[in-house]
Parts: sequence; structure tokens; C-alpha cells
Amino acid sequence: MASPIEQFQIKPIIPVINFTNSSAFMIGAAAVIVGGLLYATRKRAVVPGRAQSVAEVLHDFVANTLVDATGKEGMKFFPLVFSLFMFVLTANLLGMIPGFFTVTSHIIVTFALAMLVIGTVVVYGFMKHGTHFLGLFVPSGVPGWLLPFIVVIELISFLSRPISLSLRLFANMLAGHIALKVFAGFVVSLLAAGGALTILAPLPLLMAVALMALEFLVAALQAYVFTVLTCIYLNDALHPGH
Amino acid sequence: MAQAQTTHATTEAPGGAHADVGFPPFETETYAGQLLWLAITFVVLYTLLSRLVLPRLGGIIENRRAMIASDLDDAAAMKSRAEEAGTAYEKSLAEAKSRAQALAQETRAKLSAESDAKRKALEADLNQRLAESEATISAKKTEAMSHVDAIARDTASAIIERLTGKAPAPQKVEAALNQIKA
Repeated sequence: MASPIEQFQIKPIIPVINFTNSSAFMIGAAAVIVGGLLYATRKRAVVPGRAQSVAEVLHDFVANTLVDATGKEGMKFFPLVFSLFMFVLTANLLGMIPGFFTVTSHIIVTFALAMLVIGTVVVYGFMKHGTHFLGLFVPSGVPGWLLPFIVVIELISFLSRPISLSLRLFANMLAGHIALKVFAGFVVSLLAAGGALTILAPLPLLMAVALMALEFLVAALQAYVFTVLTCIYLNDALHPGH
Repeated sequence: MAQAQTTHATTEAPGGAHADVGFPPFETETYAGQLLWLAITFVVLYTLLSRLVLPRLGGIIENRRAMIASDLDDAAAMKSRAEEAGTAYEKSLAEAKSRAQALAQETRAKLSAESDAKRKALEADLNQRLAESEATISAKKTEAMSHVDAIARDTASAIIERLTGKAPAPQKVEAALNQIKA
């Protein structure tokens, strides 16, 4: 019986260039995204087929999420937000295939993606608004004596964004896969135990099936949550000041 | 890293795998490799999506939107043209009706004028003929009346000749007749 965390092991494939199973699945996710979308749009049909409909739904879904949060001017970030959403979604869903590695179950990956978002917010915010961007930490209409505390709180809340953004995705993917593995492991253990315990084996199997459905939901939902938060943070860069 | 992997693989036995397996997400020596490949993958993904896939996908959607909008515009234009044609038709119909009415009235007026004229001409003709006939009659009458004297003279002469056996002198008969007439 493999340990529940064995599935998160990074296994080298070409050690010289640090190419691992994680790298392979990152490239796989990107290939699935680009290949899938190019395949879906190959006909450029006015009346879309099934695959093209899916591609268009994904496009419009991300575009609407972005415009809802940031307004029309946020569309300049559309390629970034769409790339992030598609990468996280595809990585999460690829991880649901038994035996496949889940790229987003590693904190360093989710943290890097979160830092990409926050980095974009900070760089664009200062580029566009200069020092006005710092107004993000100074809410208007606050009494003078309260202001230092508020600024500190705002600062902490801003700095915790990349942490919460990355931890949420990482923890969800990690916990889900561990839970799946644990329940699947129970099935094997009970079958191996023999006697009355063997009869109980279908119970954790049912649980594993139910968890599988839940994990598919979580995989899509966490990609969405990551995207929505990205849009909200980008809105701060576009429109700082409360 | 490879070293850790082999150690792990050899000790992976049922029930006893926990001992020397670290928690992979917190194994910091794997971070550099993951970050490197994430950066490469994400940059390539971003480039391909923003340069190739999204323009194509957005183009399809925009194209459809434009097509639908232009189709709707065309439909609206056609509808207004149809309405225009309808009003033009109604207008020409009304015009034709009024023209037909005018024409009918004109024709009627012309016909009645013509028949009036004909009737008047006929009447004038008849009147003229009547007058002519009356003139002829009166001429004939005066002519006849002028003959009465001669007849009376001849008759008187003839009667006297019969009674007396001798023709009277015309002057005497004339004078007698004139005396009676007067």
C-alpha cells in the first residue's frame, strides 16, 4: 500500500534540466489547452459545433467574470486571466485522472501563480497610477487618529492575498487527493483483511466514488475562485482607492 | 532528489511507507525545478493563447456578433423598404382611383355636352326647317290669296257671261269687286 502522499512525489525524468513528472504535466496541461482550443476553433464556424461551443463558453465565461469585476478596461488583462483560469482548471482536472500528477497540489506552483497575479497588480498599479496606487491602503473618510491602524490592517490584508490565494488552491487539491487515496486505500485494506471486514469493503468504495464527484466539482470551483479573486485584485490595480 | 526517490521506492511496502517519505509539497529542493518549468510552460502558454488562440476565438465571436448585427440591420432596412413599397402602392392606388373618378366625370361631362350640343343642333335644325316651312306656307298662302282676286274676277265674268250671254268689261268687274272688298 502506497502512502496517501506518495502521489505528490516529484519524480525526475531528465535530471540534468530538472525535468520531472511535474514539468511533464505542466507541459501536458498547456498542450491540452492550446491543442484543444485550436482543434475546437479549426473550422471558425459561424454556427459552432460542440467543441467550438465549449471553447466559446470558456472564452465568454472568463471575459464576463473579468468585465464584471473590473469593467471594460480590464479586458487588457484578458489573456493573462484566461491563461491562469485554463491552466489551473486543466491542471486540476488532469490530476483527477487516476495515476496522473496534480501540478496544483504543490504550494510552490500555486504560490508562483498567486505572485504572478499580485506582481501584475503592483507593477501595473504603480505604472498606471504612480503613488496614487498607495491610496489603496488609505481609505477615505476615516478619522485621523484611526488612520495608522487602518493602513496597517490594509497593508496586512494586501500582503496576505498571495498567501490566501495560493494556500486555498493548494490545500483544496492536496486534501481532496489525500481523502480520495485514503478511502480507496480502505477498500484494499478491508478486502485484504478477510472475513466480515471484506463485506464492508464496498462502503469506502461508495465514499470514494462520491468523493470523486465532489473533487471534480472542487477542481472546477477552485479554478473559478482563483480566477474571480484574480479579477478582484486586478480591479484594485485599475481603480485604486476605495 | 533522485537519491530520495530511489530510497522511497525501495521502502515502499504495504503499510510501512510513512517512515521516510517527506511531505513532497514542502521539499524545498524541488522548488527550483518546478518554478523553472512553470515559468517556461506559462510563458509559452500565455504567448500561444494571447497571440494565436484568443484572437482566433475572439474573432469568431466578434465576427458572429457583427454578422448578426448586420443581418438585423439588413432585415430592418428591408422591412422599411417593404413598408415604403406598401405606402407607395397605397398612394398610387388612391391616385389611380381619383384619376379614374376624374376621368369618368370628364367623360360623363363630355358625353353630356356632346349630346346637348347634338340636341341643340337638331333643335335648331328643326326650328329652322319649321320656320322655313312656315315661310313657305305663308308665301303659298299670300300667293293663293293674290290669286283669289283673279279667280273672283274670272268667276264673276264667267257667271255674268252665262247670265247675260255677253262678257262684261274687265274694268267694270274689277271696279265691282273692289267695291265689294272695300
